[in-house]
Amino acid sequence: MPLLEIKNLHAEVDGRKILNGLDLTVEKGSVHAIMGPNGSGKSTLAHVLAGKDGYQVTEGSVRLDGEDLLAIEPDERAAKGLFLAFQYPLEIPGVATMTFLRTAINAQRKKRGEAELLVPDFMRRVREAAKHLGIDQDMLRRGVNVGFSGGEKKRNEVLQMALLEPRLCVLDETDSGLDIDALKVVAEGVNRLRSPERAFVVITHYQRLLDHIVPDIVHVLSRGRIVRTGGKELALELEARGYAQYQEEMA
Amino acid sequence: MTVPAAVPTRTAAEEQLAANWQQAKSGLPGPVLLRATAFERFAAAGLPHRRVEEWKYTDLRALMRDAKPLADAPDAAARERARSAGAALASIEARRIVLVDGAFMPDLSDLSGLEAGLTIGSLAQALAQGDEAVVSQLGTIVPSDDVALALNTAFMGDGVVIRVAPGVSLARPIGLVFFNSGARPASVFTRSLAVIGKGARAMLLESHEGAASAADQINTALELKVDDDAHVDHVKLTAAGAGALHVSTLMAAIGARARFNEFLFTSGAAVVRNQLFVRFDGEGTVAGIRGASLLKGREHADTTLVADHIGRACTSREIFKSVLDGESRSVFQGRITVAPKAQKTDAKMAAHALLLSEDAEADSKPELEIYADDVQCGHGATTGALDDDLLFYLKARGIPAKEAEALLIQAFIGEAVEGIEHAGLRDALMDQVAAWLKARE
Repeated sequence: MPLLEIKNLHAEVDGRKILNGLDLTVEKGSVHAIMGPNGSGKSTLAHVLAGKDGYQVTEGSVRLDGEDLLAIEPDERAAKGLFLAFQYPLEIPGVATMTFLRTAINAQRKKRGEAELLVPDFMRRVREAAKHLGIDQDMLRRGVNVGFSGGEKKRNEVLQMALLEPRLCVLDETDSGLDIDALKVVAEGVNRLRSPERAFVVITHYQRLLDHIVPDIVHVLSRGRIVRTGGKELALELEARGYAQYQEEMA
Repeated sequence: MTVPAAVPTRTAAEEQLAANWQQAKSGLPGPVLLRATAFERFAAAGLPHRRVEEWKYTDLRALMRDAKPLADAPDAAARERARSAGAALASIEARRIVLVDGAFMPDLSDLSGLEAGLTIGSLAQALAQGDEAVVSQLGTIVPSDDVALALNTAFMGDGVVIRVAPGVSLARPIGLVFFNSGARPASVFTRSLAVIGKGARAMLLESHEGAASAADQINTALELKVDDDAHVDHVKLTAAGAGALHVSTLMAAIGARARFNEFLFTSGAAVVRNQLFVRFDGEGTVAGIRGASLLKGREHADTTLVADHIGRACTSREIFKSVLDGESRSVFQGRITVAPKAQKTDAKMAAHALLLSEDAEADSKPELEIYADDVQCGHGATTGALDDDLLFYLKARGIPAKEAEALLIQAFIGEAVEGIEHAGLRDALMDQVAAWLKARE
């Protein structure tokens, strides 16, 4: 059984059709890249998967390990192993990063019927994961993402990903707003999490992120459907030729 | 045709207050003239109503269907129940002073080993004995002709008199527990006086609580004098009981180079009105006046504040937060006045309301009244719901909706609470917030 199976997905926002019969199958252990021009539905796909309000699914199905993902709440999807790394991580003044991380981890564990993580265990895990990502204690003490640079916010997303140990990670334009050094740190953080049990869907406009997080399969999204699928070389082709041909194909 | 002059019709509550006065006045301790003058002030004006600007959003005439009889002296059962009161601040290890149904209870209070320079006594006793120092000071620290205060002055039964001598630093906070037993619905009028000497350090905590079902009418007032160079924290918790009507007046005069921190925490009472008249008399004082209200059901909480800058170069920060669920309503009326000589005043006031329900209402009326030309003053007010995008971010990390809301509400209130210097007190208040949120689930 595939880890993620999307069939004929149609979705709209404010009555505007964005996804038009999208099919995607992701096996565990694999890294899929979804590339496409602006407005092709990349971020909509990410938000529909995570369950954001305001996205209306009108047709089709999404299954995670065979379970209907669309029938459950965003927090339940997270507990089942779905993680969305946000394109624009939000600042939450007054909620300390440590409190946020511990609340999230324990909420997920509780839903899975596991015991709460003891404080010393939690602290040790955070310290270890933070060290790899160059996140210092001061950042952890501050409110979630408050005063963080763009790069720090993305590193914080990867920190959360590392601690929550999801099975399916959806990265929504993780490269946006990052310089090359920050991009490398984030990509290394993601690569460290690659495992035979875990899969990634990397959504990006540009090929450069895929130099660092090398995909197994590349899909081209245009006007709400996947119009082409290939190996990692497809990303290079898109970089060289642009998306024009796919937009024309649809027209 | 001549229009007949409007003859004010007394409401049932006003009639009952007058009857209470006739019955009680000869038995009340102390300054007969002061009381009689105050009652006349009330009799002429009646209960404050919506056409009185200061009471525009809290129409006491409409809210008070009746006036309860004055509270009896507490019986043994009431005194026993008072032993468990004040739990919210138990972790602070304050010196516990207990009043039950408005009466000072020396036997329930910790009056042992008072620090040198600290005196704590009963107002009723001071008035009965004609204590000139108390009598001459009452009503003079920050004079006000407010009608609710006039009622307090007319009927004040008991309260606490606290004096801290110059230079004395109190090792322990003083924790005043005002417990209403709810034996039968009653009116309770308490008046307290605290004089903190030059360079002294004191922390006063007030906790007002009552039986959940009690329909008491509480009118409490504190006159607080903070001398030059003193450092005073005053915190008032109000959880007076779901049916209670609670009116409170703080009159505080702050000297030069002082530090003054005020915090009001309100959760649980049908109607709460906290009015604060704070005057900065001397130069270079730094003050914070803050508060948080957590309201549900049909609760109503009004904070009316006047921060009066007379001395020059004082800094004051006012921040009030309210969280409103159900059909509750919060009112914030805040006015900063800056006298002509109060140059270099730095005063900023903010009121923020978080609406958790479609039916809740928040009214904010911040005002600045500035007569000096070299000042920095500002005010702001916001009202809104929880941010959907933030909620989604938390939910996407596996945090259930209610828990995500609770985190954001705690963060919202936390911004006001973090202004409190005492870490244990901050924690105690945030525990109260957590308990309120838990009860909401």
